[in-house]
Amino acid sequence: MKYDAILLRYGELALKKKNRRMFEEQLILNIKEKLQLFPNTSLEREFGRLFVVLENEQEPEPIIEKLKEVFGLVGFSPARRVSSDLEEIKKATLDIALNQPSSYQSFKIESKRSDKQFPIRSQQLNHELGGYVLANTERFAVDVRNPDLVIHVEVRGKFSYVYGNDILGLGGLPVGTSGRVLLLLSGGIDSPVAGYLTSKRGVELHAIHFHSYPYTSERAKQKVVDLAHLLTPFSGTIHLHVVPFTEIQTEINQHCLSSYSVTIMRRFMLRISEAIAKKHGCLALVTGESLGQVASQTLESMHTINAVTHYPLLRPLVGMDKVEITKISKEIGTYETSILPYEDCCTIFLPKNPKTRPTIQAAVKQESALKIDELVSRAVEGTELIVCETKHEEEFDYF
Amino acid sequence: MIYLDNSATTKVIPEVVDVMTDIMKNMYGNPSSLHGLGVKAERLIETSRKILAQELGAQPQEIVFTSGGTEANNLAIRGTIESYGHRGKHIITTMIEHPSVYDLFQKYEQEGWQVTYLPVDQQGKVNLAALKQALTKDTVLVSVMHVNNETGVIQPVEQIGEILKQYPKTLFHVDAVQSFGRLPLHPVKHQIDLLTFSGHKIHGPKGIGALYIQKNRRIAPMLIGGGQEYDLRSGTQNVPGIAGLAKALLWIKQKRVARLPAMESWKQAFLKSIEQIPLVKVNGAINRIDSVPYIINLSFPGLKSEVVVHALEAENCYVSSRSACSSRTEKVSRVLQAMGASDQQAIGSIRISLGFLSEADDLNRLSQRLCKVIPQLQRVMKV
Repeated sequence: MKYDAILLRYGELALKKKNRRMFEEQLILNIKEKLQLFPNTSLEREFGRLFVVLENEQEPEPIIEKLKEVFGLVGFSPARRVSSDLEEIKKATLDIALNQPSSYQSFKIESKRSDKQFPIRSQQLNHELGGYVLANTERFAVDVRNPDLVIHVEVRGKFSYVYGNDILGLGGLPVGTSGRVLLLLSGGIDSPVAGYLTSKRGVELHAIHFHSYPYTSERAKQKVVDLAHLLTPFSGTIHLHVVPFTEIQTEINQHCLSSYSVTIMRRFMLRISEAIAKKHGCLALVTGESLGQVASQTLESMHTINAVTHYPLLRPLVGMDKVEITKISKEIGTYETSILPYEDCCTIFLPKNPKTRPTIQAAVKQESALKIDELVSRAVEGTELIVCETKHEEEFDYF
Repeated sequence: MIYLDNSATTKVIPEVVDVMTDIMKNMYGNPSSLHGLGVKAERLIETSRKILAQELGAQPQEIVFTSGGTEANNLAIRGTIESYGHRGKHIITTMIEHPSVYDLFQKYEQEGWQVTYLPVDQQGKVNLAALKQALTKDTVLVSVMHVNNETGVIQPVEQIGEILKQYPKTLFHVDAVQSFGRLPLHPVKHQIDLLTFSGHKIHGPKGIGALYIQKNRRIAPMLIGGGQEYDLRSGTQNVPGIAGLAKALLWIKQKRVARLPAMESWKQAFLKSIEQIPLVKVNGAINRIDSVPYIINLSFPGLKSEVVVHALEAENCYVSSRSACSSRTEKVSRVLQAMGASDQQAIGSIRISLGFLSEADDLNRLSQRLCKVIPQLQRVMKV
């Protein structure tokens, strides 16, 4: 069987009446970017519905796979589009019924008649079509309460649409509708997930990474670039800022108590992040912190580290367990890269006994030996910008 | 020269040679080294791995590079038995496998394993009823090739995967050396846990192959050492070979859409043109659904295949007697025997195999030579 269109659904947008137009336009833009890969498609908008029209036998599955990366879409249905004629609708309904997984045994029809000129009322249409499916198939029985398959029939003017169960999309808001944030991207499992979840709320991502060459390797940096690239199908282009961090780390190591080195290092990270965020118009910082996982993530620690900035700090993972975070990381495809075992700047100077309940006063005292502003501005100046685009520039020209 | 022994090996295409030469000259770092040269080589391997995984609809980390098809088959079977051998003592394969599978099963049989060798029908196709009958809860492994190397008959591995859905503890290995890059096969869709492929059958280099290992299966390595390839195959990777394999696949992907149907029509025309040769017999299925267009197996009862091969060679035409790997041993073809062929037929068989550099004219010229040479030989041998 060949499908004629994919029906797209976007839920949350409908609620936001005032911004609806802006959200829709951004969503359409984001969808169109995905559709560039498929020349035999076009996007149509009709009665507040979006359709991807399929031409030249284009299969819907690869397109749906791509649309599953678009925030703001809540569901898809590959559909038949036929002229609003009872015989045509019957045939399409049967086609849909026959083209289902063999485990489906019960069904019901849900007809909608937006075109009141169409002579058959919805209830009657349900009966007619249900009867037709029953007469022409063997495995199906009708179950109106809890069916395996709902066949939707929408009669809309000249054309009618017939489709089966909904395929779930990601939900969320279209990227580009909620401003810009700066994600602290370490290379672990958590921060890419934090970036993904923030992006789900429609923000555009910048990312910042702290690189301590030669204490951290080229591989560690490349890993972060790879992680950013893995997020781009969802988030669109990511501007990745790589900060030279060796000087600050060696200074901390020389002048501060080792039990406070992690706290102070993270305070520097926030200072630098704030400066970079301001420079690039980001309105909040995002981290992959979850409460109480490791020494630096106790509430006391967060309190002491957070004290250096007035910037909003978003922690989308704060309510999650490691298992939940790992699950998302596997779903979005960052897990395998995240677990590659390269030293990062957080592990390299890790003291034997980091302070789990640091205080602001003690941290300030430890930092008194450091030229904070100078160190921060040098790091900001030396920052390298890597633009990670959805379309991956090929690394090797062999292929 | 007419080279029609592409199932033995293929000519490496210049594009692959260029890539490999450049890597040997400029990207010679050890992929395990920490420095930049090492990183570059490692990234090249990972890029290649992605290209290969994509062809199988697999994830990159499910591909493990080996020295070739034989090693991949050995890793699949030995690794499974070492890891999952405690689950039962029964393994299943077919009577028509490549020696790197068949002989290994014989070794396990001698060691006390219960081995089922599935029979094939006269068309050379594995018997599914026999598989259903043989399967038990104790079956640890089923190994079936995708395309037979002597006859080109396509085995019903998709249906076998369907049957094995009811045996989630039984691992399924497919030797896809003769089909990879040419026929589509997605292991995930068909319950395939292990899948072997190799470089030199698709105009890539020798000495490189790979095994797909479904990510939830943990098989034991055969080589212990530096822990390369996810600990499954220690030893410094063959970087130019790996990139050469990926390059060859990309090349073949471009060619196959047009080439495979062309080969099919050449094959049918060839088969028609040799009907006039006395006593000639075509072995195995020849229709487009059950056989590949690039392997043809013929018998000339009363003639030894060796004699036919040499007679054709004298005419500058290269074909194979049975499979190249086993043609030195003076035995009749086990594969043809399994299909119920007489000894006469099994001794006098030749394999003609096309590659992606073959042309329509190659088969035309072979046909002319066969029509000339075979009757001559038949007169001399008094067939």
